[in-house]
Amino acid sequence: MSTAAAMGPPWMGPPWEAEVLARDQETRGLCTLHLRLTDANARAAYRFLPGQFNMLYVPAVGGVPISIASDPAQPQRLAHTISAVGRVTRVLATLGTGDRIGLRGPYGRGWPLEKAEGQDLVVVTGGLGCAPVVAAIDYALARRTDFGQLVILQGVKHAADMFWRARYDAWAELPNTEVRLAADQPDHHWQDHVGLVTDLLDEVPLRPQASIALICGPEPMMLAAAKRLVALGISDDRIWLSLERGFQCGVGHCGHCQLGPYFLCRDGPVFPWSEISWLVGRKGF
Amino acid sequence: MIASRFLPRQHLQTLFDQLDALGYRCIGPQVRDGAIVYDRLGDLTALPIGIGAHQTPGRYRLEHQDHQRCFAWANGPQALKPLLFAPHETLWRTERDDAGRLAFTRELQPAQRQAVIGVRACDLAALALQDAHFADARADPSYSRRRHDLLLVGVECGQPADTCFCASTGEGPAISTGTDLTLTELDAGFLVRAGTEVGSALCDALPLRAPSDGELAQAEAEIEQARLSQHRSLPGRNLRESLFANLDHPRWDEVATRCLACGNCVAVCPTCFCSTEREQPSIDGSGSTRVRLWDSCFSAEHSYVHGRLLRPDTRTRYRQWLTHKLGGWHDQYGRSGCVGCGRCIAWCPVGIDLTAEANAICSDASESAQEAP
Repeated sequence: MSTAAAMGPPWMGPPWEAEVLARDQETRGLCTLHLRLTDANARAAYRFLPGQFNMLYVPAVGGVPISIASDPAQPQRLAHTISAVGRVTRVLATLGTGDRIGLRGPYGRGWPLEKAEGQDLVVVTGGLGCAPVVAAIDYALARRTDFGQLVILQGVKHAADMFWRARYDAWAELPNTEVRLAADQPDHHWQDHVGLVTDLLDEVPLRPQASIALICGPEPMMLAAAKRLVALGISDDRIWLSLERGFQCGVGHCGHCQLGPYFLCRDGPVFPWSEISWLVGRKGF
Repeated sequence: MIASRFLPRQHLQTLFDQLDALGYRCIGPQVRDGAIVYDRLGDLTALPIGIGAHQTPGRYRLEHQDHQRCFAWANGPQALKPLLFAPHETLWRTERDDAGRLAFTRELQPAQRQAVIGVRACDLAALALQDAHFADARADPSYSRRRHDLLLVGVECGQPADTCFCASTGEGPAISTGTDLTLTELDAGFLVRAGTEVGSALCDALPLRAPSDGELAQAEAEIEQARLSQHRSLPGRNLRESLFANLDHPRWDEVATRCLACGNCVAVCPTCFCSTEREQPSIDGSGSTRVRLWDSCFSAEHSYVHGRLLRPDTRTRYRQWLTHKLGGWHDQYGRSGCVGCGRCIAWCPVGIDLTAEANAICSDASESAQEAP
């Protein structure tokens, strides 16, 4: 009999045990679980790159891929923001402090942050798509002088869907940082842009030759954002987006995330627009 | 070319005895439920002696023939795939204690040396693809363990089915690589040639003699005839460009009216590798078992992502299967995912022939063609 510890990183499982340290209710349908691996050795060895994901596993229920939404400098405490839309995520959303689940990872290729050094970062996200990019923002802010201007654009459908408001407000106070928010359906309190997040691309000053764009959100939104950024003069190898499929194994074996020449879980989930544009937005792929 | 030797038919049992003496569990073809299946083989009398397999689109029937040959049929619904990529694999078990703590364990089955007798060229090509998929940088431990000690005795295919097209894909019917031992069956016995040191050692223990010129010529003629008798073919070895240029071809709609999306083609395909994970909770709630089952891109759940289905209809599912099998595999594995075994044609309940579909979609330039990079 072999145990997780004896087999090294649990690429194929079994997972590590993870304990819920805290739970934040972000919006009506969204919560963040802050997790800690209970095995001290696994916890000490665990590292992740912004844009990677973990497989979270609820025994007797199932597993789901969730991106890591916390600061990569603090890998002992892993934040996963979860939208309760499916069988497993609805159970995850009921967990509280002290509850235990399985966790394996991290999986996939993250954001090209080393390549982005010395460049402006243009972050365009929609809805829960902000979660996989927050780790990249934390990474860049920890190395603020390595990057140029930081442009952060986040859009939501309903104003009530906006979460991490305090975080956006804090970022907006930082020098050389532009934060703009959009809601397609505003409420009485909404004071930011009304419309699509992609509208904001025409309103912020961009340096196309010196920018790397990080996009995450629903595919139609990413498609529109990438096309707009190309039109604004950013070359397609400087535009990166994070795709989502029904990842199960995390290592390109189970086949659910096959897309053209790629297994998204292993070769992505982050891709440059130059590699993936021909398949994004094609119905059935 | 390695020189062949000749094993008289009455000494075939010696091969089984040798493998048994070396500690191998012998797996071989046998008749069960009207089909040829690969399973534990005690002795050679269990082989499909005097059996032929008549295969046409949507049809598979065994027939008794007037000869004593054991391998005078093309293939059955499965060969090597289920022996290595198990249809049902336990990944791990979870136990939850009274304090809510979880303990995860994985039990790998102890390694069992297996020898498979009667492997075809198409299945060897499929095995190489499964190796590339499962024994990669993050190798699947169960697959790798079973693969490690696998001994392969190939038998060249002299009686291809109507559904076979291995000559078109370039895999067969002759066997060029991938076996420890390769046999070519004749009425009086077998030409034998070793492919590995293990195979050579086996040969040394067999009562082999030099083949006659007539036997060598007969074997060559039978394999050549097997190649020439195949009449199906794909419109090229690499269909990636033409498939992705024809994603809106009307044939996808047409095939979707015939396809039942049952997934038989995927189940019998020796290269299809999709799997899905499932939970099997214990009845008292104290634990659960995580299992991995074969999956099919023709199922609705296969394209489930975040509360919706990417491929809600048969058209997009058939297109997913074919564009991946004959297109995307070239990028991922350097070759097509089709080895020309024809199983998907014979075992399709409505007889859909992927060579006909590929020819219809790739042979003309669709007006809706768009460039793939």
